Amino acid sequence: MGTKKTVEMLEANLQDANMLTEKPTSQWALTLRRFRGRRSGMIGLGIVTFLIIIAVFAPMISPYSPNEVLIGKEDVGPREKPCVHILGCDPDQPQHILGTDANVRDEFTRIVFGARVSLTLGLFTVTIALIVGTFFGAIAGYVGGWFDNVTMRVMDVILGFPSLLLALVIVSVLGPGLQNALIAIAVVSIPAYARVTRAQVLSIKETDFVAASKALGASGRQIIVRRVLPNALTPLVVLATLGVATAILEAAGLSFLGLGAQPPLAEWGTMLATERNNVFTSPHLVFFPGLMIMITVLGFNLMGDGLRDALDPSLNK
Amino acid sequence: MLSFITRRTLLAIPVLLGIMVVVFLLMRAIPGDPCTSMLGERATPEACVEFNEANGLNDPVFVQLGIYMKNVLTFNLGESVRFSRPVTQLLIERLPLTTELAMSALFIAVVGGVPLGILAARKHNTAVDSGTMALANIGVSMPVFWLGLMLAYLFAVILKDTPFALPPGGRLSAGVFPVPYYEAWGWNLTEGTFWARLNEYIANHYIFDTFITAQWAIFWDLIRHMILPAIALATIPLAIIARITRSSLLEAMNKDYIRTARAKGAKESRVVTRHALRNSLLPVVTIIGLQMGLLLGGAVLTETVFKLAGVGTALFDAIIGRDYAVVQGFTVVIAAGYVIVNLLVDISYGYLDPRIRVK
Repeated sequence: MGTKKTVEMLEANLQDANMLTEKPTSQWALTLRRFRGRRSGMIGLGIVTFLIIIAVFAPMISPYSPNEVLIGKEDVGPREKPCVHILGCDPDQPQHILGTDANVRDEFTRIVFGARVSLTLGLFTVTIALIVGTFFGAIAGYVGGWFDNVTMRVMDVILGFPSLLLALVIVSVLGPGLQNALIAIAVVSIPAYARVTRAQVLSIKETDFVAASKALGASGRQIIVRRVLPNALTPLVVLATLGVATAILEAAGLSFLGLGAQPPLAEWGTMLATERNNVFTSPHLVFFPGLMIMITVLGFNLMGDGLRDALDPSLNK
Repeated sequence: MLSFITRRTLLAIPVLLGIMVVVFLLMRAIPGDPCTSMLGERATPEACVEFNEANGLNDPVFVQLGIYMKNVLTFNLGESVRFSRPVTQLLIERLPLTTELAMSALFIAVVGGVPLGILAARKHNTAVDSGTMALANIGVSMPVFWLGLMLAYLFAVILKDTPFALPPGGRLSAGVFPVPYYEAWGWNLTEGTFWARLNEYIANHYIFDTFITAQWAIFWDLIRHMILPAIALATIPLAIIARITRSSLLEAMNKDYIRTARAKGAKESRVVTRHALRNSLLPVVTIIGLQMGLLLGGAVLTETVFKLAGVGTALFDAIIGRDYAVVQGFTVVIAAGYVIVNLLVDISYGYLDPRIRVK
């Protein structure tokens, strides 16, 4: 064996040793790395980031304000077709890149501001459902007994309804409106979180580190909050991301039926609904709001799928 | 197998009872007293006294719940204020359309989704696979009502004078009425009997009725009207079924029995269809049952878009018009149908996969 080769081997060994002294990669860094490797997840993240930017900077991006009626201010009529100057639209005409709606408001502005409504309602409903569902699921799983039985049977009954149908009935009791629609959608999505949390709690409470905490005298509340919930987080994060997509879709459906957001609020479902009878004459007023709903839902769906693959390597195939 | 079916059926009963209780409580939670909500805002006090007495509203809540459950179980769902007809009669008129719509959509979803999933799995990690899955992702994110409107615009306006033109709404062309099979075959039915109403209900499935009585012109008219709503409603389930089929088939292809099948010299096509596919379709069956919920919910939106007089639009009109007897009756019937479909799926799953039965 030549000296040169021996030196190379020693160097290689040294490098290995160096690696051992490096800081270990944390769970989250690993997850992040895996997530970056998923193209669809990154596309989803890109779409969601883009929508958040639009929502935050809406007043700067849009040329008008969402409820500004342009009658008398500009030479445009109601339901004007899109006019983009660089695409050959007459420069004398005022530019409305997505046209105007029935009340002579700039459609582009309303679409941009609609991102605020959809993102807010998606995050809001999921937060409520997540808090309530996790609360009941965690207690049911930890305490067991009659409380577990009653809670889970109630969840079974909620799941026994087709979700949009139950949301419809709840809204019919509470009365139409964005706020009530949000409550209805949140209620309908609670069982999913409760079930997942309960299943996680059931498996985690049997582990040794929970037994150790108990031996150290931790209270039930401490064990649930400090030991069990952080370990049950993974599936909940995935579920919540996908839940935002479902919530936005369902809220748009309720608004389309006239039971959710009410005009003149710039909400995509409502905008689409008010123009649905004019789809044959002004298709752009139906097309763009719907397209935005689809893109938003797609973004959260892709991001959720990517997160699931990244957080649960066992699913990778 | 019998004990498995019994066990599953017994498990479904508390859910059905729970659904009745929830709907009952929701209807009681409506602000205002039941008399004005059932009879309308202008109900006179005398009418209210009579109404309360007749409907047992002076009894304790538990007694009321009992009476209500007995009524539901005997198909007495009350009377619609807006239509001045029993809710059961409305169901006879409206439910068949929704059933046909949901079934057509389910048919499209299965016939389209399963082959797409197989294709993606067979071409795993190719452009075909990622293209199909990208489409499936878009399909899952599709707002049904938007797709419906866009399809209507495409097929009724842009393709107007081509052979591909399709009607943008309605169940039948104006002035067309199918003849019920019992009239076509000269049956003598006494009006108002259970038998007559049952036949009326069955004959209201127009596609089925015109098919068995060979009224082909009307049959094709019905199909032409059904295509667009069914496609719109089928999109999300189709995409989900394609995804599940793909992942389930990919998983099955890694199993030992596939290697065994290949080792004994079976042709690749036979390995896929006979060995892998048979086993991988089990999860697909479960998913199909779960899709019924989406289909029934989506039917409300689809029927609104395509102006179809089904259960969805009736329910929606009832909610807007505060016709609570209809809301209550329809919700219970739809939810019960959903639970029963899932029960049937559960049972078929146990039939297809014997391991499930023992658990």
